[in-house]
Amino acid sequence: MAKLVVTEEETMLADAARGFLDEAAPVAHLRGLRDSGQTRDAALWREMASMGWTGVLIPEAAGGSAMGHAAAGVLAHEMGKTLVTSPFISSAVIAATALRQVADARANAALASIADGTATYALALDEGSKFNPAGTEMTARRDGNGWQLTGDKTFVVDGGHADRLLVLARTDDGLTLFDLDAGRAGITRDPRNMIDARDAARVRFDAVAATGDDVLGTVDDGMTVLRPALEAGQAALAAEMSGLAAGAFAMTTQYLKDRKQFGVPIGSFQALQHRAAHLWCELEVTASAILNAGRQLDSDPGDASLAVSLAKARATATAQLAVIEGVQMHGGIGMTDAFDMGFYMKRARVSAEWLGDYGYHASIVAAHRGF
Amino acid sequence: MPGGDIVQSHSELEQFRADLRAWLEANCPAEMRDGRRDETTICWGGKNWNFASPAQKAWLEACAGKGYTVPRWPVEYGGAGLTREEEKVFRAEMDRIGARSPLESFGIWMLGPALLHFGSNEQKLQYLPPIARGEIRWCQGYSEPGAGSDLASLQTRGEDMGDHWVVNGQKVWTSYADKADAIFALVRTDRDARKHLGISFLLIDMNTPGVSTRPIKLISGASPFCETFFDDVKVPKANIVGTENRGWDVAKYLLTHEREMISGGGGGLLGGRALGAVLADSGADVAGDVTLRAAAMTCEVDAMAIGLTLERYKDQAAAGTGAGDASAMLKYMGTELNKQRHELLMAAGGSDALEWDGPLGGRAADWLRTKANSIEGGTSEVMLSIVSRRVLGLPG
Ligand SMILES: Cc1cc2nc3c(=O)[nH]c(=O)nc-3n(C[C@H](O)[C@H](O)[C@H](O)COP(=O)(O)OP(=O)(O)OC[C@H]3O[C@@H](n4cnc5c(N)ncnc54)[C@H](O)[C@@H]3O)c2cc1C
Repeated sequence: MAKLVVTEEETMLADAARGFLDEAAPVAHLRGLRDSGQTRDAALWREMASMGWTGVLIPEAAGGSAMGHAAAGVLAHEMGKTLVTSPFISSAVIAATALRQVADARANAALASIADGTATYALALDEGSKFNPAGTEMTARRDGNGWQLTGDKTFVVDGGHADRLLVLARTDDGLTLFDLDAGRAGITRDPRNMIDARDAARVRFDAVAATGDDVLGTVDDGMTVLRPALEAGQAALAAEMSGLAAGAFAMTTQYLKDRKQFGVPIGSFQALQHRAAHLWCELEVTASAILNAGRQLDSDPGDASLAVSLAKARATATAQLAVIEGVQMHGGIGMTDAFDMGFYMKRARVSAEWLGDYGYHASIVAAHRGF
Repeated sequence: MPGGDIVQSHSELEQFRADLRAWLEANCPAEMRDGRRDETTICWGGKNWNFASPAQKAWLEACAGKGYTVPRWPVEYGGAGLTREEEKVFRAEMDRIGARSPLESFGIWMLGPALLHFGSNEQKLQYLPPIARGEIRWCQGYSEPGAGSDLASLQTRGEDMGDHWVVNGQKVWTSYADKADAIFALVRTDRDARKHLGISFLLIDMNTPGVSTRPIKLISGASPFCETFFDDVKVPKANIVGTENRGWDVAKYLLTHEREMISGGGGGLLGGRALGAVLADSGADVAGDVTLRAAAMTCEVDAMAIGLTLERYKDQAAAGTGAGDASAMLKYMGTELNKQRHELLMAAGGSDALEWDGPLGGRAADWLRTKANSIEGGTSEVMLSIVSRRVLGLPG
């Protein structure tokens, strides 16, 4: 049984990440991007590459830092605290984990391009408004030696800018995972104006030609490669959401100490104290689920489904509570765009839906627990 | 048990597991392997204990012989001296065969940890082994009619008579006082000091002349707690734990252990079983009843995460990186969850759960009993105030 103790190395990694991100990507950075109509900071991504973050799950032989899933969670948590905008989860976690399952020469070259920051990925999976990989309908029809992909993907997070797309499509006898250049003929990307001001696109595939070289893993068995990648992504997203919740919570407790009404700090009112204390308790409990998911993915990735879904479900509920309480305890200022809490609230809503919502993951927990 | 565990190799732990399995196979009676943990199956021990069966007695004696009633306590005080990692293996192996706990008691949960921390060596040798063997049953004399959440305002007083105190006053809500052999009590020994600074932590034999109890009936129908009266009760000076008038330190330390134990209810009261399975057992249509299913799923998610949090804090304590006292958080989260779970169990049982001796047996009594979880050992509101003050540093 892996120990649920944060190691010294993890603490150092968190401290280093915090120091860097407070300088390079505070919430004001996201606000600046939004106000100038952008959803990407290529220079920030290059810096993350130079620090080994983009290669956190990539073997050293492919130029990665191979720190593991718990470390990826530590980084994601710190990014979440200030709502960092980057394709970390799509590229460094989901795509890297998928490519590692394959680990042939082409996949290793792709891993190297993620590690050195030259390529970013997005996952083109959802087709309806809810996460449902098994319900994928987009078809990849046999065409000579290859396939033709036709269909619409939605909520492709980081898909507006990604260099490459991981695409799940239905083939003759199952689901197949393709790894395509985003600029391939027949692909049309429609970046959407998202509530959280981040990159997400609707992507149309119109008779896009693919060959056996574009397939990750085995034809008709894409989930064998994708499932571990999704679990890694869900765990990292849960960690990011717990960081988001911690960031919103820190702002709120500070406000309770600073803001005065009736001649006293509002944090001296027991009604608010108890709400803040309850929220802290929820954060603490969620932190255990996050750490456990990282440990489980590092020690026994084949048996991580329960731990991962527990983490994503808890993180979703906790982040939601943190932003609702965050706005309420700030009063009017919490509702203003000039104040940062709204950014937390909107990211929490987007993250709640990405890679499976509360009900999706709670159902998986229930299934593991026999009901 | 605080810090300093030696680090063990995987093979050492696996050897321990193999030996333990063989020992359990040979020593845990079949009757004791049904995984039950409720009022009717718990072994509380003590001088007046009537074993429910020869198997219950044999199981206690076998475990006591190995120190397995208190696996983490040092061997010289009746424990097995297990490390945290060994303890995890121990719990996992006990759960694997559905072994009942051989012994539960306030001595194990509360007084023992306090003695290990504050007791003199003589006190440890005198009091801990009988607790570990189930030979003595302790009760807790903290609350008074006028001192509940504001515990430090307690008025039971001890008058210094040189080699002993004379104690007078009344305690209330004293669980199992009528069945206990002894009581650990908070007594005011300095009436002039500030309220937290005039309290001593005394050990009192319930057979001492002047001690009497009166049971109080609970909403669950049982009457496990009492009023306890002290009428000119002589208590030898040797029976103090810690320093005179500094009993509040001992009292608070003990409360952190009590709270951690009560919080375990969130994950443990159903014997570690998933809520969905228990609901299905009672004939509920967990798949078809969407409200029940949704609520049960949320409860299960929370129960698992709270269970992991208990484990995380124990791991941290063993690694010596404890982030301070988390017992208030655990107690609050665990007990509120446990109340919700029992609400669901009642809803799932429908009218079958409404008869005291109906098809679902003690379900209603259990449900009613859980309502005390967020009161006993410090209320939920008091827990939140502790978090707010000590963790969040909010004013006032
Ligand atoms: C089943 C059971 C077993 C028990 N066993 C024992 C035992 O063995 N030994 C023992 O010593 N005691 C025992 N107790 C007593 C228990 O510790 C007290 O009941 C508890 O501390 C609360 O005190 P009280 O009942 O006086 O409630 P009060 O303190 O009067 O509280 C009433 C309500 O007011 C709220 N409240 C009080 N102060 C504040 C505040 N500052 N801010 C916000 N809200 C507040 C409380 O949260 C509660 O909701 C037991 C209780 C129960 C129910």
